[in-house]
Amino acid sequence: MRVSPVERAWNYAILIVFALIALAPVVTILQRALAPETPADAEAGGPLHWENFARAWEQGRFSEYMGNSLQVAVVVVVLATLFSIMAGYAFGAFEFRGSRALFYVFLLGIMVPTEAIVVPLFFDLRAVGLTNTIWAIALPQVAQSVAFGTFWMRSYFRGANRSIIEAARLDGAGHSRVLWQVLVPVARPAVVTLVLLTFMWTWNEFLIPLVMSPNAQLRTAPLGLALFQGQYVQGTTLLAAGAVLVALPMVILYLFLQRHFIQGMLEGAVKD
Amino acid sequence: MRGGVASPAPGSSPTGIAPSAPRSRTARSRRRRGGGWAPYGFLLPGFVVYAVFLLYPLGRAVQISLYDWDGLSLATFVGLANYADVVTDPALRDAFAHALVLIFFFSVLPLGIGLVLAALLTRARVRGMAFFRTVVFLPQVIAMVVVAVAWRQIYAPDGQLNTALRAVGLDALTRTWLGDYTLTLPAVGFIGTWVSTGLVTVLLMAGMARIPGELYEAATLDGAGPVRTFLSITVPSVRAEVVVALTLTIIAALKTFDLIYVTTSGGPGTSTTVPSYEVYRRAFELGEVGSAAAVAVVLTALIFLINVGVNRIGERER
Repeated sequence: MRVSPVERAWNYAILIVFALIALAPVVTILQRALAPETPADAEAGGPLHWENFARAWEQGRFSEYMGNSLQVAVVVVVLATLFSIMAGYAFGAFEFRGSRALFYVFLLGIMVPTEAIVVPLFFDLRAVGLTNTIWAIALPQVAQSVAFGTFWMRSYFRGANRSIIEAARLDGAGHSRVLWQVLVPVARPAVVTLVLLTFMWTWNEFLIPLVMSPNAQLRTAPLGLALFQGQYVQGTTLLAAGAVLVALPMVILYLFLQRHFIQGMLEGAVKD
Repeated sequence: MRGGVASPAPGSSPTGIAPSAPRSRTARSRRRRGGGWAPYGFLLPGFVVYAVFLLYPLGRAVQISLYDWDGLSLATFVGLANYADVVTDPALRDAFAHALVLIFFFSVLPLGIGLVLAALLTRARVRGMAFFRTVVFLPQVIAMVVVAVAWRQIYAPDGQLNTALRAVGLDALTRTWLGDYTLTLPAVGFIGTWVSTGLVTVLLMAGMARIPGELYEAATLDGAGPVRTFLSITVPSVRAEVVVALTLTIIAALKTFDLIYVTTSGGPGTSTTVPSYEVYRRAFELGEVGSAAAVAVVLTALIFLINVGVNRIGERER
């Protein structure tokens, strides 16, 4: 289709304006993070004050919080991916008594908001002494991720080439071998996307870690940032540096693998 | 709910998600062969975690919502009184009303912007599209807490917004954006617009890329201008994407918690409190656990209704 030069110019202008609006807050916070924290700092160094990150890391205890976040994320990603692949295989490759009803039960979980489960979870997990542990933060998120992951892997396995499964079965491969050695290697792009989405949702989750660690023993990175904000009302420089630290792992991952993220979010949304 | 995926509600969409209706006997027997107990075994670990940490708590939320309970002492059964409060308690009514305002900012506004933006960009074939897609989608991957911290600084009394207003001589417009009874909710809402516009745009661009070029050519031959083509070809062709975009963003608006928690804590007064914040506040700050559970159940029901409703609409056009 032909586009006039004027229209083309307009398109570029609009593109640039929206890119700037999308980037402005990101640039703002980076700028703040690199500004001098005190007048003494301003005199001391060059224009960019990288030492703010080290200070925020230390004063905001981000090494501890990022460590917690990483632990939670590893538990959630590993368990959720494993269980989702298995459940997705069950729904995708077999038809069994109750499969349809059970699938709807899993589907329900995609729609249940965290707000609905977090209140009873807190009181019940406290009763069994699990609050303030990694498990209280991770397992509810495993459950939520399994709901989505099962849905995601099921549609992938349904689309998988049936003749491959047949051939492997004829060669005497058991169900586990068919799944892990035949189907999963082929499904790698789908699994990678699932891992990335699960990691992102877990890393950014706020409500569950906030509620599940009532005495603040176990703070994840986003929570640490919220706490940091409460403490340093005046020093916005270190707060901005902390915000950058919390966002950085996701942003770096996104920039490298953005196709997976965008594709995953869009496919997950429009599938069916 | 992870990511807020617009999935078909149970029983609403037989196409695609449920085993497609008429399957040949050979296909069916092939599927069944070698099944036995194996599928249940593969299902078990996921199902156990899912049942214990999601299904059971969901049931418990409904149970707790029928009680007057402070989380410590013995609970008293009050029937549907907590639900009656959702309708009669002005604080709760306000919270749900605020959620409606947020839906405008999270959902309606980004859809309007996204439709125009995506239409321009799909038609245009300009260079740098990959960069643009990456950039506008970026807010989706940044933790809401970080987004909130960044915007708090922008909205601060000596923040970038007021500085910019002063720089262009609009001093009269400067204000404490997060401390104003009427303007704080729109200010917070606009953060939602900033977050969801990219998602909506990219989603709509994917849909528009599938519209055959001949449709546009035919329309141009018929003498339709850009506005006319947009309204009678582009928009109707992406109805499915519009439906998905609305579901995702409406649900995101309804469950905004971290944004409110970090930017305003529901204030000033209760001018920016929302249902999900009320769930948290009632359960863990005020010791009104039953009431919190009732709000949570109503919120869940609302999200279900939106999903079902939107899927009904999506189904009708097929």
